[in-house]
Amino acid sequence: MGKIVTFTINGTRKQENVEANTLLMNLIRERLNLTGTKYACGIGECGACTILMDGKPVLSCLTLAVDADGRNIVTVEGLNDEISRVLRESFLEEGAVQCGFCTPGFLVTSSYLLKEKPSPTEEEIKQYIKGNLCRCTGYVGIIRGIKKAAEKLEEQQPA
Amino acid sequence: MSINVVNTRILSEPFEYFEPSSVEEAASILAEYKEHGSVLAGGTDLLVRMKQKRIEPKCLVNAKRIANLKTIEQNNGVLSIGATATMLEIETNESVKENFPGLHEAIASIGSVQIRNMGTLGGNLCRASPAGDSPPPLLVLDAKVKLVDSVGSRVLPVEEFIKGPGKTAIKPGEILVEVQVPIPPRGTGMSFLKIKRAGMDLAKVNACALLALENNVVRSCCIALGSVAPTAIRVKKAEASLIGKKATDEKLLEVAQIASEEVRPYAESHRHRRSTAQYRIDVSGVLVRRTLELARERSVKRR
Repeated sequence: MGKIVTFTINGTRKQENVEANTLLMNLIRERLNLTGTKYACGIGECGACTILMDGKPVLSCLTLAVDADGRNIVTVEGLNDEISRVLRESFLEEGAVQCGFCTPGFLVTSSYLLKEKPSPTEEEIKQYIKGNLCRCTGYVGIIRGIKKAAEKLEEQQPA
Repeated sequence: MSINVVNTRILSEPFEYFEPSSVEEAASILAEYKEHGSVLAGGTDLLVRMKQKRIEPKCLVNAKRIANLKTIEQNNGVLSIGATATMLEIETNESVKENFPGLHEAIASIGSVQIRNMGTLGGNLCRASPAGDSPPPLLVLDAKVKLVDSVGSRVLPVEEFIKGPGKTAIKPGEILVEVQVPIPPRGTGMSFLKIKRAGMDLAKVNACALLALENNVVRSCCIALGSVAPTAIRVKKAEASLIGKKATDEKLLEVAQIASEEVRPYAESHRHRRSTAQYRIDVSGVLVRRTLELARERSVKRR
């Protein structure tokens, strides 16, 4: 059996036949070969599988693939706006990446943060990224990276 | 040797899946599957428990595509929150911020931004976790839930809806469609506080207070605590001891003491989870005092 779902992922329209018990994460990773989205805890604690669904952060390991029907999905591979470009650059400059496994999730969540709050306080940054775990414990670098990205984006704004 | 390994990468068991577009349609599917059917809302809890094989529903009814089930609207002094309104939608709702600061604080304190963007109020109530953050504010606000099945509907106070850890009054075939929250009169102050270890942890203890003052004399008072009994509970002796009295610091301390004697954090289900019974008893008193102080301050401001 299965169900035909139609959705947009990273700007491309897709149609896939999925079983009801297929998780969106596995559709993304195994069928569409977008392996930037990571599997780690599988129970909603770590945020490694975070994607954007209609612009908002969602855990793809706790979302059914059938639920993607009609949605606009963006994975880390599709983060191509200016906010995301500056975030990547700032993450590199501030040493926000160690092993890199959590990084896609952090990039997706922090791109959402900077869209919602262009100049977040440190407390706001911590609130937004608390659903993303980094076990190299590079949080200090990650927070610095997000702050720096916010500052750069602010400077870019015409006065 | 048996090893208890859970594969959380997949949902290993197949199930029937429905995407009804109306409550009536959902109710008729649930009427057919009864206890074998589960309503899927945010999935942040249901899918985890399915992965862990703690439940194996034969059928999932996805409630998220039911058009008017996530509406938040105000009518005749009652705010109706649709069962599939997400935590993020409720947290950012102006009426919730203005009229129920304690509910706003409770919801904003839940999980992570991802969890709040997925999780729903209906799901949080149906989960009936003793440590849930939405029940204490809904208890002090005297909120009600509306349940629908294929033959009709009924409205129950939240206090009667939540029966025990993971247990609610919902019957097989029923679906929770909305939470009705009466707006307290002006001059009422409300606050919610919780103690947890860090980040996304569940509450060791949470508390919510609703206080109405007249010339610093307490006209009405509701206090509820979570994670200190099999369900969130109102501490009615503590409440009664404050009504008609002046809300002085000394009095609030006394009320907090009574509250900490009313909590019952002994159930097997949460013994030594996240903290000990004695810790919860002590912290209950502290949280009740602090929430009352905050509610008192807000009651004065909101006049």
